[in-house]
Amino acid sequence: MSVASQRLLGLIRKEFLQVLRDPSSLAIAFAMPVFLLLLFGYGVSLDARRVPIGLVIEHVSPASRSFSAGFDYSDYFQAHYFRDMREARQALLTRKINAIVHLQADFDQRLTGSEPAPIQVIVNGVDANTARLTSGYVQGVFEAWLNARAAWQGQEAPQPVQLAARVWYNSALRSRNFLVPGLIAVIMTLIGALLTALVMAREWERGTMEALISTPVSVREVLLGKLIPYYLLGMGGMLLSISMAVFLFQVPLVGSLWVLLVAGTLFLLAALGMGLLISIAAKNQFVAGQIAIVVTFLPAFILSGFIFNIDSMPWAVQLFTHLVAARYFVAILQTVFLAGNIWEVILPNALALLLMASAFLALALWRAPRRLE
Amino acid sequence: MTAIAADAAPAPLTFKSVSKRFAAGDRVVSALRDVSLSLPLGQVTALVGPDGAGKTTLLRLAAGLLLPDSGSIASFGLDTATAGAQLHQLIGYMPQRFGLYEDLSVLENLNLYADLYGISPQDRQQRFAELMRMTNLQKFNQRLAGQLSGGMKQKLGLACTLLNRPKLLLLDEPSVGVDPLSRRELWQIIESLVGQFGTTVLLSTAYMDEAERCQQVVLLDSGEILHQDAPAGFHRLAEACSYQLSSPVLGKRMLQQRLQMHADLIDSVVQGDAVRAVARPASWPDWMAIFDTAEQVRITSVPPRLEDAFIMLLLARHDEKLPVETVCFVSGNGSRFLATEQPAVIEVEQVDRWFGNFQAVKKLSFEVRHGEIFGLLGANGAGKTTTFRMLCGLLPASNGRLRVAGLDLRTAAAQARARLGYMSQKFSLYGQLSVRQNLQFFSHAYGLRHKLRLQRIAWAFQEFDLTEFADTNSVDLPLGYKQRLALACALMHEPEILFLDEPTSGIDPLARREFWNRINSLAAQGVTILVTTHFMEEAEYCDRLLIMREGDILAAGTPAEIRSRSQTAEQAPAETMEEAFIRLLELTGASAE
Repeated sequence: MSVASQRLLGLIRKEFLQVLRDPSSLAIAFAMPVFLLLLFGYGVSLDARRVPIGLVIEHVSPASRSFSAGFDYSDYFQAHYFRDMREARQALLTRKINAIVHLQADFDQRLTGSEPAPIQVIVNGVDANTARLTSGYVQGVFEAWLNARAAWQGQEAPQPVQLAARVWYNSALRSRNFLVPGLIAVIMTLIGALLTALVMAREWERGTMEALISTPVSVREVLLGKLIPYYLLGMGGMLLSISMAVFLFQVPLVGSLWVLLVAGTLFLLAALGMGLLISIAAKNQFVAGQIAIVVTFLPAFILSGFIFNIDSMPWAVQLFTHLVAARYFVAILQTVFLAGNIWEVILPNALALLLMASAFLALALWRAPRRLE
Repeated sequence: MTAIAADAAPAPLTFKSVSKRFAAGDRVVSALRDVSLSLPLGQVTALVGPDGAGKTTLLRLAAGLLLPDSGSIASFGLDTATAGAQLHQLIGYMPQRFGLYEDLSVLENLNLYADLYGISPQDRQQRFAELMRMTNLQKFNQRLAGQLSGGMKQKLGLACTLLNRPKLLLLDEPSVGVDPLSRRELWQIIESLVGQFGTTVLLSTAYMDEAERCQQVVLLDSGEILHQDAPAGFHRLAEACSYQLSSPVLGKRMLQQRLQMHADLIDSVVQGDAVRAVARPASWPDWMAIFDTAEQVRITSVPPRLEDAFIMLLLARHDEKLPVETVCFVSGNGSRFLATEQPAVIEVEQVDRWFGNFQAVKKLSFEVRHGEIFGLLGANGAGKTTTFRMLCGLLPASNGRLRVAGLDLRTAAAQARARLGYMSQKFSLYGQLSVRQNLQFFSHAYGLRHKLRLQRIAWAFQEFDLTEFADTNSVDLPLGYKQRLALACALMHEPEILFLDEPTSGIDPLARREFWNRINSLAAQGVTILVTTHFMEEAEYCDRLLIMREGDILAAGTPAEIRSRSQTAEQAPAETMEEAFIRLLELTGASAE
């Protein structure tokens, strides 16, 4: 064994021992990923399901009853009945319900007559996203009811165009299928950038870096001694996330695992490079943690397309997302998991990751201090 | 290798007109100015000087961790600017905090450094065994470094540095915060290294007795070498200037106060039952004018010490006499606390404190009487700070009773706190606030009324000479002024009890003297003072003291009592508190651990 590899192995062994003995490292490397996966897998959902809705039916008739049954039996709604609008409005105000569907007393009459039969729908627009979804769903119920009614009466529905929508790649439209793969990028950012920046800063803070660089060890070895352990830890986090996604949350993995692993390696190297760069700028743990959260973790959350669609962002923000490594990785993750090995998506994104990783690592190696200042 | 083409073998370390500057905020601070230095082979050299003199910078430059702005530094002919790993193979450097990984065990730390130095597995076994024998750490192989005592950490740090058998050993304040016994062991290791391998050693220290043991002493002040010589050379500078005085009538503190008034005497310190005084060179103090014959003052000429020369040189450079600092405690007349009987104001009875299954304080009992200076001494980790926090009501006791100013801390901690002033180890000032703002804040915090507040702030400016720095942020103050400001803040509400936690840690002999003069004058006005320190020599400033060790009482009493307790059939009583401490340890049969 050469002296240089002996030094490197010594550093790597030390790093693993430290991670295993330090509760805060363990929390960032293992507890946080599991917590985030459980939170996003079970807790957070972008779908509107069992939306509480208020029905005000002034005159109960067969027609109105069959209309309201559409809400009773829908997965998307939880129907509450109110006697009059005043009560319903109160419930809307206190956020017990998200919307009111109002059928006036003459609904039946008008329906059988020639006059149009109006249905009043009032949606609480405070949460714009849910409001849009709710009004869309109400419309869906209404159309289904119209179709059913027409079929029952032996008529074609009076609609010129028949829309038959099919959803591809995530046919059940489960937001979990789309969130959990994206979350892998966030988790790897946590280990690659945040944890790495923190442990480097800790070496400066506790004065061990001063002792380390006064030994024959080289800067390259010090950096590799950090890169290798946290690379292994990050890939461990990735494998853990993938298995939880596939086995616990039943997210389909359509593409191949090795594509994910290669892309994961590229992304992790970029994240590690950022972590090391941060630690060069910030030599105490508090500042390093703050910077890492603001420049790596939050962008990975918000600007990567993990939750919020990049195409609907203002153009300036869209432009900015190109600097966020997680954005490229999230695109690969979502594609490989749900659509398969689509090379037109994977290759350009992987190339971007490769460029970012090389740039950050080269910069870290170049800027790494060989002395105390 | 650069060409310092010498005929003889190149010196272990040479500095040639080295200067080093740092940017501190928007100012540029000169840490070293035109320093030239050459260390002879196989000698131990001490680097001494006030805080901020540039000792650490010099050592870091020597280790190649910093580069000089101008001038050149070479070690065994290798220029530190260009030689990389080759240099680090020759030099062993131990930074101030020992550079240990606290979450790694003793053996893991040693293995890591052995890997970093590229020591083969065969050599490793032999060297580990050798270092373990030297440091007595074999029993603690598996213990995490963070759980070692200060003394053991220091020895482990040194062992890691010595693994590679460096030809030049650089140690930055290796004995700060370490108990006297461990300090003595450290010196045994260093001296045996020099004897066995001819290692050249350069170390910085705040202890003058350590400097006395070295072959060379370099005195640094404001980034310049003031004097470099063997200890004997320093002694010659202070030849025939040192006296020891004692008087059965006056008492040591009164004696000292008299001496401070005299212009020809530049320094006086309490030493045992006597006072040691240093006169201005080539001056003959007129003792008859200072003392009355009735006072029966005995004056003997004593051999000079390194410390005498140190003070002399520093004062000559700054062209002043050591300031006689007295603080008039109360803004009006200063006789508030002149009580005749001396009731106990701090009572500690059978107090225990557990942290998990670790007992930091064990059945501690003592009391402090009104107007006393009471010292709590011991190495780092002896339980001083824990005891202190309990007395301030910051930490509850697990068992036992604590009373401060007649108030039980379990039930009336807040009332008790209102009657005491507390100055913590790190001074607890708001760095981004100016001196004036800090004073304003603390006077508000103690709930002083408007008029009284203005009065106390004016008092603080005047008594502590802070006017010059009124609008300076406290983070930018020189250390000595930070300490003054912290003391002023702690005295804002005229407390009857003053708690000082390691007030002189990291402070050089000059600033330390000044500080103790202030404390003495406070005690004279009736303030009760409880002070912790790990400088054994400061024990002499206390009326009574308690030496703690691993949560237990090692000794208690007046300084003279404690010294006489170290007397055995074979040995006379110890002359210094430090020696007494070591002897008492040996008498009680405690080992280094």
